[in-house]
Amino acid sequence: MGKPEILRPSVQPALDKADLLRRLSAALPPDCLLHEREDLVPYECDGLSAHTQVPLFVALPENEQQVCEVLRICSQARVPVVARGAGTGLSGGAMPHEQGVTLALSKLKSILDIDPVARTARVQPGVRNLAISEAASVYGLYYAPDPSSQIACSIGGNVAENSGGVHCLKYGLTGHNLLKLRVVTIDGEVLEVGSEGLDAPGYDLLALITGSEGLLGVVTEVTVKLLPKPVKAQVLLAAFDSVVKAGDAVAQIIAAGCIPAGLEMMDKLAVAAVEQFVHAGYPLDAEAILLCECDGTEEEVAVEIERVSQVMRGGGATDIRLSRDDAERLKFWSGRKAAFPAVGRILPDYYCMDGTIPKKKLGEVLAGITALSKQFELTCPNVFHAGDGNLHPLIMFDANEGDQAQRAEAFGARILELCIAAGGTITGEHGVGIEKIDQMCLQFGTGELASFLAVKHALDPHALLNPGKAVPTLHRCAEFGSMRVHRGQEKFPEIPRF
Amino acid sequence: MDPSISELSERIREAAAQKRALRIRGGGTKDFYAFKLEGEPLDVSSYRGVVDYEPSELVMTARAGTPLSEIEEALAAGGQMLACEPPHFGPNATLGGCVATGFSGPRRASAGSLRDFVLGTRVLNSAGEDLRFGGQVMKNVAGFDLSRLMAGSFGTLGVILEASLKVLPRPEEEVTLRFEMEEARAIETMNRWAALPLPVSATCHVAGVLTLRLSGSSLGVTAARNKIGGELVQEGVAFWRAVREQTLESFRGPLWRLSIKSTTSPLALPGRQTIEWNGSLRWVATDAPAQQMFEAARRAGGHATRFRGNNGTPVMRLDPALLALHKRLKIALDPLGIFGPQRLHPEF
Repeated sequence: MGKPEILRPSVQPALDKADLLRRLSAALPPDCLLHEREDLVPYECDGLSAHTQVPLFVALPENEQQVCEVLRICSQARVPVVARGAGTGLSGGAMPHEQGVTLALSKLKSILDIDPVARTARVQPGVRNLAISEAASVYGLYYAPDPSSQIACSIGGNVAENSGGVHCLKYGLTGHNLLKLRVVTIDGEVLEVGSEGLDAPGYDLLALITGSEGLLGVVTEVTVKLLPKPVKAQVLLAAFDSVVKAGDAVAQIIAAGCIPAGLEMMDKLAVAAVEQFVHAGYPLDAEAILLCECDGTEEEVAVEIERVSQVMRGGGATDIRLSRDDAERLKFWSGRKAAFPAVGRILPDYYCMDGTIPKKKLGEVLAGITALSKQFELTCPNVFHAGDGNLHPLIMFDANEGDQAQRAEAFGARILELCIAAGGTITGEHGVGIEKIDQMCLQFGTGELASFLAVKHALDPHALLNPGKAVPTLHRCAEFGSMRVHRGQEKFPEIPRF
Repeated sequence: MDPSISELSERIREAAAQKRALRIRGGGTKDFYAFKLEGEPLDVSSYRGVVDYEPSELVMTARAGTPLSEIEEALAAGGQMLACEPPHFGPNATLGGCVATGFSGPRRASAGSLRDFVLGTRVLNSAGEDLRFGGQVMKNVAGFDLSRLMAGSFGTLGVILEASLKVLPRPEEEVTLRFEMEEARAIETMNRWAALPLPVSATCHVAGVLTLRLSGSSLGVTAARNKIGGELVQEGVAFWRAVREQTLESFRGPLWRLSIKSTTSPLALPGRQTIEWNGSLRWVATDAPAQQMFEAARRAGGHATRFRGNNGTPVMRLDPALLALHKRLKIALDPLGIFGPQRLHPEF
């Protein structure tokens, strides 16, 4: 491998904070650099509030040139840089570095161009996900990936995390809907990745940058694909008397040749939580419910709804309802979309997991989660993007009660291990960030991690971009995994133990 | 470790020790696409067979040497397909070659590219280590996406042993329609229809005729057909195969591939053109100088590659900043440069 020797940021031992402040001030307009503690505190975490850290400074550049300048200054001074979009991430990817500058891209919020004929939108990274669809709406077009935070999350953050949403079974993740990026390297150099065509020459750098969690570069411009808005969408709401039956129905729907626009599952605990909160009309006696959205032309929707209903009936659905109009469709969705806040109203804290598993392992993994729930004495409602096997167990706890926070974290780690054991992954769409960094050591071996680190080294040789996130050092894994065994072998046998 | 894997791994370690180049080879059907073919062949075609396929999971996992035709037969039996419709370019095409070249066919503009469907790869690196990137699940954002980076890397970053691809159901019905129209109007029409919710799954304009395919449920296809008109093509399946496999007359000769903004007006270039992907893919069979093709594509927001008829000119052109990055990535993943040196570019 490329022997990445630098495993942690080579921060200068004696950082001259005043000098850095002076240099950044010279590069940015007066209101674009925060350095007073009370201004910095709002940036201490992202959507994962369990991990906090106040940064050295927050830079709020107004254009790409200023982004380049900030990166050049930090690179020369060997100061870590943490890029930040809207701060809605759930894995702590934008948690600041204590010796680092947080590079907030919230002022880069212009929609630069919408080309309705070529069906593309060129936008700055701070543009909100939903704002793209709103702007494209007059042309009958929209931007398909719709993470549940879409009213707030930014497209730059979506690129960094390769965000998904409830419609990605049919329409793909962020990475499937991008054409081109402008990316600034740690040295302040601008790269154009992708093209206005459907591909680019050489290695697929667009795939590499997407989902790289701010470790390889900073995105300053995004060109996305827009799709024609479907003429019609309808939702089927089906109740089942067991989660296994509901899971089997999901597999049967897909085996029947349907790729619904959305295919979501909620278990009884999740249904109970949301019904108290939004009254979506979900059946409270069901062990699990499925929400299946079909979209397309009138004819396509009619055919797919009929086929899915048949499969659901054959799969033992105890109740099936079809949305009669768009208001009812949105009502059916309202519960699913409110699942996280609803759970948050029952207990003050929840910890949202994001593993993905092969769909056939659903029953097994759910049984495992139920057992863990008893063991850790914490309630765990489950919502899933069932069509693509992406689980969101919501571990409920009260951080002010005894050791509940620690138990929740341990419970979460065990769920991720279940997902790995089932042949799945620790994160389907939320990213690794700081939260799942240790579980990366379980999912990957030394060779894979060394490859990631070699790629990191190729783009950011001093490991200044978002250090400590997404890809663990081999040293960290050796410490974490000292007692663990993977694929029948001890992992990291070549690393000294401590 | 499987004996054939340990054999491949041993060959890699030997080559690395002696700094000898290796040319990874499946069926050899895409050898034409190269700046240079350097090194002793490392044949992976005997490492074959489907590893895992369950239609309800929408995932096909198979060994790299598995013939592409065998994969497609297995999927057809499950009512599914490789939705990017990859070209074979010969009966010996393998899954490994399909992933390594990353070529997509007529359905690409509507369904996605080969790399869009890559979920995971198992790879031998230049130290002969057996590595797994990505996985067998639809959504996976753990670690850098090296499995998709392998797609289209032409065996220059590692030996693909296995690949997991997302697969999709075959449409219930497909019809092919033709419309006589000039190039400019065809480009305008393809883009206009692509902006409407119509089940268009492929487009091709050649010699004054726009041919288009509709795919979906029987009712949906009929409704769309009533909307757009056109004349029914009886041999639709054969036509799209000829486009995919480039057996149409218009592909003959030194062939350039221009991947550009779909709305670009007709390109004033010498030679014969075939247009696909709603206008974003322009094939030009021409003897025109490389410089002219690279420039035409750049002006249209895209890039050109010399697809067939290698005459010693580079396959592609990379801007200095991107070229530097390619070289760094190549060194990162293949530090001794043993895998397919200069296959894609004189400098890596």
